[in-house]
This record gives sequence, C-alpha cells and structure tokens, in this order.
Amino acid sequence: MHGRPRKAPTTEEQEASAIKASKLRSLQSQFLQLHHNKIYTKEALDVSAKLLESNPEYYTAWNYRKLAVQHNLNLPEADNNEESIKSILDEELRLVENALKRNFKSYGAWHHRKWVLSKGHSSTDKELLLLDKFQKADARNFHAWNYRRFVTALKNIPDEKELEYTTERIYDNFSNYSAWHNRSVLLSHLLKEKAKGYSPKDNVFTEEYEFVRNAFFTDPDDQSGWFYHLWLLDQTVKLETLLVSSWPPHGCNLSLPMDGSFGDCSFSPFTSRQSNTRTLPLILYFSEVVENICSSTVEVECENIVSNELVWRSLSGDETASAHAWLTYLNFPEEHANSLKVYQVKVSLARSQGIFSSTGVHHGNSSHIAFTVSISPHRSEHVDLKNEEKISWSDESFCTHEAQFLESVLANLFHIERTKVDEKVVDYQWNVTTVDNEIAHCRELLATTNCKIGKLTLARLLMAHDTLMSYTGTSHRNFSHHTEVLQLYDDLKKMDPAHFHYYQDEYSLVLLKQIISNQELLLKHCCKYKDPSSPKINNFCLRLNDLSLSRIGSMEKLLWVQVLDLSNNQLQSLEGLEVMQLLSCLNVSHNKLCSFTALEPLRLLRSLKVLDISYNEIGAHSIDTRRYLCSSPLNHKSGGDWKAEESEMPWAEVADNWEAYTIFKDLSLIQLDVIGNAVSDEKIKLLLIKLLPLLKWLDGEVADN
Amino acid sequence: MGELMVEKHVKYILAVEKRKDDFESVVMEHLRLNGAYWGLTTLDIMGKLAAVEQDEVISWVMQCQHESGGFGGNIGHDPHVPCTFLFDLCITSMNSAAMLAFTHFPILTSQNKKHGQTSIKSTHHKRWHSRHWQCVLLRNLGVAVVSLTFQPDIAALQNEDGSFSGDIWGEVDARFSYIAILSLALMHQLDKVDVGKAVKYILSCKNVDGGFGCTPGAESHAGQIFCCVAALAITGSLHHVCYSWWVLSSLIMIDRVHWIDKGKLVKFILDCQDKENGGISDRPDDAVDVFHTYFGVAGLSLLEYPGMKPIDPAYALPVDVVNRVILGR
Repeated sequence: MHGRPRKAPTTEEQEASAIKASKLRSLQSQFLQLHHNKIYTKEALDVSAKLLESNPEYYTAWNYRKLAVQHNLNLPEADNNEESIKSILDEELRLVENALKRNFKSYGAWHHRKWVLSKGHSSTDKELLLLDKFQKADARNFHAWNYRRFVTALKNIPDEKELEYTTERIYDNFSNYSAWHNRSVLLSHLLKEKAKGYSPKDNVFTEEYEFVRNAFFTDPDDQSGWFYHLWLLDQTVKLETLLVSSWPPHGCNLSLPMDGSFGDCSFSPFTSRQSNTRTLPLILYFSEVVENICSSTVEVECENIVSNELVWRSLSGDETASAHAWLTYLNFPEEHANSLKVYQVKVSLARSQGIFSSTGVHHGNSSHIAFTVSISPHRSEHVDLKNEEKISWSDESFCTHEAQFLESVLANLFHIERTKVDEKVVDYQWNVTTVDNEIAHCRELLATTNCKIGKLTLARLLMAHDTLMSYTGTSHRNFSHHTEVLQLYDDLKKMDPAHFHYYQDEYSLVLLKQIISNQELLLKHCCKYKDPSSPKINNFCLRLNDLSLSRIGSMEKLLWVQVLDLSNNQLQSLEGLEVMQLLSCLNVSHNKLCSFTALEPLRLLRSLKVLDISYNEIGAHSIDTRRYLCSSPLNHKSGGDWKAEESEMPWAEVADNWEAYTIFKDLSLIQLDVIGNAVSDEKIKLLLIKLLPLLKWLDGEVADN
Repeated sequence: MGELMVEKHVKYILAVEKRKDDFESVVMEHLRLNGAYWGLTTLDIMGKLAAVEQDEVISWVMQCQHESGGFGGNIGHDPHVPCTFLFDLCITSMNSAAMLAFTHFPILTSQNKKHGQTSIKSTHHKRWHSRHWQCVLLRNLGVAVVSLTFQPDIAALQNEDGSFSGDIWGEVDARFSYIAILSLALMHQLDKVDVGKAVKYILSCKNVDGGFGCTPGAESHAGQIFCCVAALAITGSLHHVCYSWWVLSSLIMIDRVHWIDKGKLVKFILDCQDKENGGISDRPDDAVDVFHTYFGVAGLSLLEYPGMKPIDPAYALPVDVVNRVILGR
C-alpha cells in the first residue's frame, strides 16, 4: 500500500479495521440492492453518496448516480422547473467535490463532473475556482489539468488567456512540468491558427527562448524548462522536407556492368534475373519520413522507361507506407550491338503534388537529380555458384587502396557531398542565428556550472547547427562540431553513468557522421578485398569494425555500400541497414544482437549473399526486445498475412521458429555464419538450410542441402 | 542482495485470495477480478500456477459476468471495459538501439531523488478492466470457454473518432483503447473494430515530448505511454512512434523515464519484499499488496531474473500464454 508502513496491526487497530470494514460492507450491499432494483429515492441516493464519499473508486456507484439523475430529471416535478433541475445537478457537483477531497485522483469522480457539466450546468467561475484549489494543492495533478482543458474548451476560454495562466504557474514554480506542457499545447495551437500576435512564429519563439532561459539559469538542474527548450529547438530546426541523397547520386556516370574500378559485379544487384534487361535500383532518401512516393509524385525521364509504370516501395523495416527511403527499379534493355549505349536519366519531384511527411511538413521545393547510365555490350559471364570460394573477413583479406584511386571513385560514384538538389535557396538566417545564440547562452551557463542536461543541450545545439548549415549548402566539410560533441558525450558518460547507454548511442551516431562526412577519414575505412579472383566480393569495402558503435546512422550517405564490415561493435539492432539496397556482403559478428528479430532490416536486402552473425547473443535472452518491431504473427497488421501465407513447412514448425522464419525466408544467402550464438544448435542449422536453398557455406563448412 | 522468496509470495497471494473481510479487501471489492489477474499472473510467472484451485476461480469469474454480457469487477458490479491500467511503474532499460525500447516495456521507471534509488511511483487507480482479465484468467488456466456473446459491445464502445469509451457512460481515455484492442486481439476479433481509426486516435494523444497522454492535449504519463505503445505494438503500428533522436530521446533522458541500471532495479524490487509474510510493496518497508507483488515479479521477469517465466511486454501476460492464444501453440 502506498505510503503505509509495513507492520503488524495491533489488536485495537484490527478491531477498528473490522468495524470500518463491516460498516462499508453493509453500505456496499445496501447500495447494490438499490442499484439492482433501480430505486432512486432521496434515501437511496444518500446511501450511494455515503459510499462514494468514503470510496470514490467504487465506479458502479457513479454509474448509479447518472441513472438516478436521468430518472429524476424525467420526473414530472422536474419538468421545466429550473429550480429543481438546478438542485439535482448541484447535489452531484457537491458530491464530486467531497469525493475529490477524499481522492482527487479519482477518474470516476472527475468524469462524473464532466458529465454533469455537459448538461449545461455550473458556471465557469465556479469551476475555475475549484480547479485553482486542487491545482494549488498539487500543481502536477494531471486530472486537474485535463479537467481545466475540458472546462476551457466547453466555455470557450481563449488560448491566449490560458497561456497567461501557464506563465503565472511557471513563475510560481519553474519546475511545473504540467504548466510547460500545457504551454506547448496552447502555443502549437495558436501558431497553427496564426492567431493575432502569434505570427510570424520567429518573433514568438525568440520570446519563448528568453522566457525559458530564465528557468534554467535559475535552476539548471531542473529539467522541466530544458524539456520545453528542446521542443523550441525542434521547432527551430524543423524545415521543409528535403531530398537529401539518392542512388545513383546526382551527377554521377554509372556503367553497367561496372568497370574495373568499381569491381566485378557478377553478384551485384545490377544484374537482373531476366536475361534481356539490366536492372538498376533507384533510391531516394528524404530528410523526414515521407508518404506517397509514387509515379504521380516522382517523374523519371529516360529513353525506354515509362515513368508512370514504375512501382515505388518504401524502405522501412515494417514495410509500411511511410519511410525515409524509397526504392524503384529501372530496367534497361540489353544491347546486342557492339557499341556502348548511354542513357540520360532525370528524376524530378514535383512541388506540392502530394508528397507529405509524417511530421506534417510538406515537401517544399521542386528538386531533381540527373545521372547517366552506360550499358556496355559485354555481359560478364555467369558465375557458377558451385565453384564459389568462401569470403573471409579476416584483416589479412583486406588491403588499402591507393588514395588517388579512392578519391576519384568517391568523387564520381559515391558522391559523398550532399546532393544539392533544391533549386531554390531557402533563407534559414533566423534559424541559424537563433541556434547560434542558444549555443552562446549554453556555453555561458556551462562556464559557471557543470550541469549534465546543459551539456546534453549544448551537444544537441551543435549538431543542430551543423545540420542547418548543411541544408543551407554553405557548410564547409572541414568545419564541423563533431569533435566537440564527441567530447561532450564522453564527459556525460563519466558524469552520469546511469545513462551511459543513451550517451553511447548518441556518441555512435555522431562518430559515424564524423567519419562519413569527412573524406579523409572515410578513405581510411575503405578497403580492397585481396583475392581478386573472387568475383563474389566487390573491391570496395567499407570497414567500420572495432569502433564500439552501439547504433548506426547516417545511412543517407551510405547508399552505395556493397560490402560492409560492422564486426566487433556493440550493436543490438541493424535498424537503418534496410536502405542499403546494394549490399551483398555483411559482417556483424561479435556484436550484441539478441534475437533473430534484430535482423529484421535485412529482410529488404534482396542482394545480400554473404552474412556473418556469429558470436552475438541470439537466443541468450528470455526477453526479446525486438519482438514487436518486426513483422510477426503477433501483431494484427502482419498477423493476417502469416495465416494466409503458403509455406512448405508445417504451421507448427513455422510458429515455433517464427523469428528465424520471418528473417530468412526471403533471403537468398550463399554464405552464413551463426556459430557462437546461444541459439546455434543442430536443429536451427537444419531449419536454416531448409529456408535457404542457395546456401553453400554454413559456419565455414559446406552446407549439405 | 537477497533472493526472490517464491514460496512466501505464493503463500501471501493465496492468503489474499481467501481474505474477504478486512477493510482493505472491502475497499478493493470492486476490483477483485483485477486482483485475481494480478495474483494468477504472478503465480504463473513464478511457475506456481498449480497452487490455485482452477474450477473455483473459473466459477467465480463467470459470476462476475453481467446480464449484458460484459464483466464487472466483482459479482453484482456494473460492467466496465477497461479501467485503470496505470503501471505507474517499475522497470526497464534495454535495447538502446531502439529509442522506443523504454516504451516497449510495460513498466517504466522514475528516479526518486530523495531516496537516491529507483522507486516505484504510486498508482491510485485500481479500477481495472474486467472483460479482458476474465478472458485472460481463463486463458491462463488453459480453458477456452470464453463466451463470445459480449464481443459486439466492445466494438460498440468505439467512437466516431476511433477512441473507445469505458462503458455506456462515455468516459474516453487511451487506456480504454489499449484494453479494447488487447481483449479483441486475444479473442482473434480485432477485425470487429476500425483498427485504423483506433490507431489514429492513439497517435492524436501523442505530445511534443514524445510521450502520450490520456486524451489529445493531455500531459504525458508513464502509464499512458505503456498503454498507447502496447496498443500500437499489437496493431502492428509501432513505426508511428517517433523515435527520432530529437524528440523521444529527450524523454528518455530526463530523470522521469530513462535507461536505467538493471542491477539496481532488481535489488530495489528484492528489497521491497516482505521477507517474513511474503508479498512485495511499492518501496522497502511499506505494506505489501497484491498488485505491487505482480508489478515486482513481472518486473523481475523483464529484467531476466533467473527462474522467472518471460512476460510479453505488450500483452502483460506470460509469453507462453500469448503464444498459445495468438499462435495457437
């Protein structure tokens, strides 16, 4: 029991409790009898009132009171008699007030009051007075705040007035999170309505920044104000949805099949299963999750391609209608002539034609990307799978490229600079100035106090600054705040070890951003596979192993990756990898993947051939933290498909191993390593062999199909 | 750190079940069905379900059914779909890769600055839903005798905007959405309601801090976050939960809801045990009760404490029960 000490009751206490219990018991039975017999006399009402005053949680009694009110309002003496209607309803309000005195968190009591008020009874003043009493007694009582919003809506009290009320409450106490919350709700509403004095939003936000600054300069360790500050910052950096990158990138010249510099791509996704066409995936990556990418919102201009026949699909783990990245396939006819055929491809996103983001910010600018695709007359010979050698991930298998070669490749094909696709330069001056201003204030605060949430805010502000600069197209790639931000997260990990894992996640994301946005650093992580005779592996490998990464990000800049080594990190999931549509070889061994469901993003990688998930923690935990983040028979949306799906395996076997089944059934791996996981016994190996008919190597040995 | 006193807790739960005449039992009378759920689930997680007389429980549960088909919190009480599902707390850190992992688990934490340790915040709302738990009870006991006559009326409680009312009196709350969705899913009847609209309503309860309140515009609350995220999980709509670093991470960051220290929390729960008479309380040295006993044991299950059956984070039932009901295994 809350707040009640644990001790054996004395005899007197036991007796007193027994008397109280028997009184309440008799009240309850009297009440239930009256309720079941539909008796609504004054005496009967008194019984229910007594019961509710001593136990407001007895919900059946509130229901009874409503029946009684309806019954009594319909009696002839109440008919059109203002006096008696008023007295019936007043009695209910009085009872609610008494019940709330006993327990002001009683849902039933508050709802009963709303119900009475909806009958057009009671005055605004009276309700606000009552609320004031409860809100003073407990400033954070969310029932009272909810009721306040109900009353103000019912009585048409303007938002501006309520905003003043939150100002007062915040001045009373800076740490009143409920008041800050209501302020964000009211302000969002006023801004949306463009109410007088609340447009443009720039001025309003400048004032709000100043207001909240008072709070955290007064008490830097109180988090309510910081929270509000974070919302303001979010609003400040929220821009129009932009197309941030694509594959192939804007301005690149691509050859199909690839020339030597790009490696032999017999296994690359560029070769389609159909013999008379060559297929190229086209990927668009947006700054927000967007919906409605289809042939009517995206136009592709290219000889031999009919734009409105293209089918776009979202690249989200759960295959829903919204995602950062979208995919379609371009098919080029096979040329039999002896000459090289070059196609010019132009992709345009039309303005305001229905692309919208989940945050409600519409895609603002018309953008386009253009690239060329060369189809050479020679098609590389079909490689016989049977003669494939294993891919080895050992360090000895890789060597570095010559820097010059790498740079030229990166410049052309991987195109690490942000695709400048928007024709119109939007003025972000206010946003940049505001963020800079906040950075200065934050530094000022941190000069005098070592406050963890201040440090965290500074880290976020610096990243926001970099993001804004990259959007304005004026960022200089050698000038970024990554090093400082990494240092801040390092400090935070030490200062606040309880949140270590959170900081580590943020650290990982910034570290990756730093590596990927800096060409010199990136080159250090790009390698060549030593054995040139292996046609399976591309010459160009990205090795991000041994970096203590607990999360992966910056995927928009990694759309080109075909061979990726993420081994020896701290990854618990592969979220984000679903956009790497060119990926053919992946090593995530020696990480912290806890279940097969953590591999969900790989389901969308149709070109994946080689996968190493050895030495993780798959099967080692009783609680699967990814259970509801993947398509499973457990959730309603995909549950139906599961039942309908035709499987060669008996349902019992599918149901018992649905995690492995859901991940591997659509993959066409030829090499897989699962050794070193709790789950990797003979039974699961047999299942994997059954699910992966093309599998040639399992745990380094020939898979016997 | 001590260990979990399984036998004592079994004894305590059985004693509570028999006790009907002291003041506490009388005050809680309207949610006795909930008490049964808490007690039985706790026993099941500890692998001790056999300790109860199942015929007796089933026959009592069936008496809670109202003539309209719905269930009340006890014999003779009005039917009410869902009631307070406020797990004001308990547990869990976990999967840092998914920002929403914290919401992925029923039980959330708050840091008690005064005591310097993770504590269990109070819940004052104990009207639990009935129908769901009734169904659950029977499933728990492996008896599929749920009368399906009351399904249409859960569906009828869905409002035009997709929300659900608790009963015919119209109180609307996202908790009710969770319980309605959960109940229907357990009965394979989710297609009886408009799931798309239900999801839309839940999403309209989302706030700028990334959390969820009980109605649109209402302040975020750990219990509501659980209800809303669990409902989204069951309907396969979790992708709607924004877990961009920008918004949700902040919620995780502040000391109300965050990654927590697993070991510390296990210790705290064990410290809340009444080592003499069994039962677990909201904090060390407070009086024990059956719902905190449930929260504690369910929490230990999520924290992978040895010997506990795993509990499903969305259904708040043992995983084997969910698998049996949903997968037919």
